[in-house]
Amino acid sequence: MTRDASGDAMTRNASGDAMTRNASGNAMSGVFSKNIETLRAEAVRQHDALSRWRVAEVLFWLAMAASWFLMPSRHLLLNEVAILGLFALSLDFILGYAGIISLGHAAFFGLGAYTAGIITKFGITDPLAGLVIGTFAATLLGFATSFLVLRGSDLTRLMVTLGVSLVLYEVANRLGWLTGGADGLQGVDVGPVLGFEFDIYGGVAHAYSLIVLFVLFLAARRVTHSPFGWSLRVIRDNPLRAAAIGVPVNRRLIAAYTLGAAYAGAAGALLCQTTQFASLDVLAFHRSADVLLILTIGGVGYLYGGLIGAVVFKLMQSYLSDLTPQYWEFWIGLLLVALVLVGRERLQSWPTLVWARLRPRRVAAP
Amino acid sequence: MSAANGIALETVGLNRNFGGLRATSDVSIKLRTGERHALIGPNGAGKTTLINLLTGVLRPTSGRVLLNGEDITNLAPDQRVRRGVARTFQINQLFAAMTPLETIGMAVSQRQGKGWQFWRPVGHRREVIDEIVEVLGRFGLTDVMGERTGSLPYGKQRLLEIALAIACKPKVLLLDEPAAGVPEGERDEILATVAALPEDVTVLLIEHDMDLVFRFAQRISVLVAGAVLTEGTVEEVANDPRVRAVYLGEAGHD
Repeated sequence: MTRDASGDAMTRNASGDAMTRNASGNAMSGVFSKNIETLRAEAVRQHDALSRWRVAEVLFWLAMAASWFLMPSRHLLLNEVAILGLFALSLDFILGYAGIISLGHAAFFGLGAYTAGIITKFGITDPLAGLVIGTFAATLLGFATSFLVLRGSDLTRLMVTLGVSLVLYEVANRLGWLTGGADGLQGVDVGPVLGFEFDIYGGVAHAYSLIVLFVLFLAARRVTHSPFGWSLRVIRDNPLRAAAIGVPVNRRLIAAYTLGAAYAGAAGALLCQTTQFASLDVLAFHRSADVLLILTIGGVGYLYGGLIGAVVFKLMQSYLSDLTPQYWEFWIGLLLVALVLVGRERLQSWPTLVWARLRPRRVAAP
Repeated sequence: MSAANGIALETVGLNRNFGGLRATSDVSIKLRTGERHALIGPNGAGKTTLINLLTGVLRPTSGRVLLNGEDITNLAPDQRVRRGVARTFQINQLFAAMTPLETIGMAVSQRQGKGWQFWRPVGHRREVIDEIVEVLGRFGLTDVMGERTGSLPYGKQRLLEIALAIACKPKVLLLDEPAAGVPEGERDEILATVAALPEDVTVLLIEHDMDLVFRFAQRISVLVAGAVLTEGTVEEVANDPRVRAVYLGEAGHD
């Protein structure tokens, strides 16, 4: 009354050739028609395909690079696009990969900005050093506050993240001697970046931001295709099962949240360095809300959402506010409502779905 | 092989209260290494609570859980998995957007201690690939390994559910109603797979389907109202009048 004979026969073969196991006569014949080396090669090919660069990606980055050469009169605007894109990318780690919803992401952006600005007053004027230090400060804050978002529902997380950013805002407001308070941080003096002085047209600033964005994007892309990145994805999709296959869920969430904070700090540092100014605005609630909006517009969980969203958001802001200076957000609101009505699930990464539909071949998620 | 006289998993006086309700009451069971053990009991008998206590989702009010003689009562679920206690779910808990290849690859990477690797792409290493192919082959999933899990037939998803637990290389596997919801035509494949699980893995089968229990199990524990009513061989349990009264009689109405 125990296991049947074919079962035992199959088990004994377990360490041997996986393909012969089926000879024991259940209904799976045909499944093993391919030999094992072919299957291994296929498995490797499918894995490699996951991280392969797609044509659309290459085109996207070529367009970003071309924008520097083709639109010299728009350097200042495009610099902001790159920085916002990086900021939204940082939120994608937290929301799109770890599944933590945040309404206070500006805390890290603002801290990065203020840190990068304040240290110039203490003689550290090299932008790359400032970028590293600003990023580091935000990383520390991210790590320290990550423990607050581990527990609780989405609503608790919204409130906790919002609370942290409000606290930071008022701290910056209060420490006027250090931050300039409501007047903003005056006299930020950033030195040349690798020998290039920042110019008033924003050419160097734009190039600097684009290059930092690209380098950090490459790192992010690598991370999301690593076993670590995949573990975040399974935590987002099903935390119960993720734990049941041995993923230490809380530690991974801490790591993801900290990483997101680090990227946000880098974005903030870039803004302060390229505009030579930081004000309470960098910590304001609307920054957190905007970046969530941007990521939603572009789509969550595939890294490009933040970048595409930033382009759409900034260009809409720029052109619509020329048409209707007071009411441009009307159109952003309309776009947002339309996107949500089209379908919640498609918000995940609607551009990849559109792309997949346009191409007859199956496209795996990048 | 084990430090605990061939006992793979053991509970000692396990209790769990929810407010005034005692969901688990002084449960002491022993699973011998390599044994096929079934846990049966009517709805509300506390089977789910017991699984949660064994996997660490819940902590017991009192009592202990031992794995090969080591106390794992205070370990978190993911730590227990790494020690060798894996489970499947009665309702599939899979990653719908991922392919079986990615799903198993994920679990294998975790088990091989690569979960913190953040710089190499997944599936870059030979030992990961070999193991993925081996697990997928064992469960007859190689021909669908590149398809979205969410679009697979239910029977295949059920196989993946078990494959995912096996990819964790468990010493003890908790199978929660493996054939639940599987259409008749795909059932045999599931049963054959369950029968063909590696012999050195100790299996606790939580099941409603008496046919499957009698076919598969060596020993059976009967849980009623949170407590173990009786424990014994298939024949002993099948002939126990108390079991017939509380359980088999009831099952006859299904």
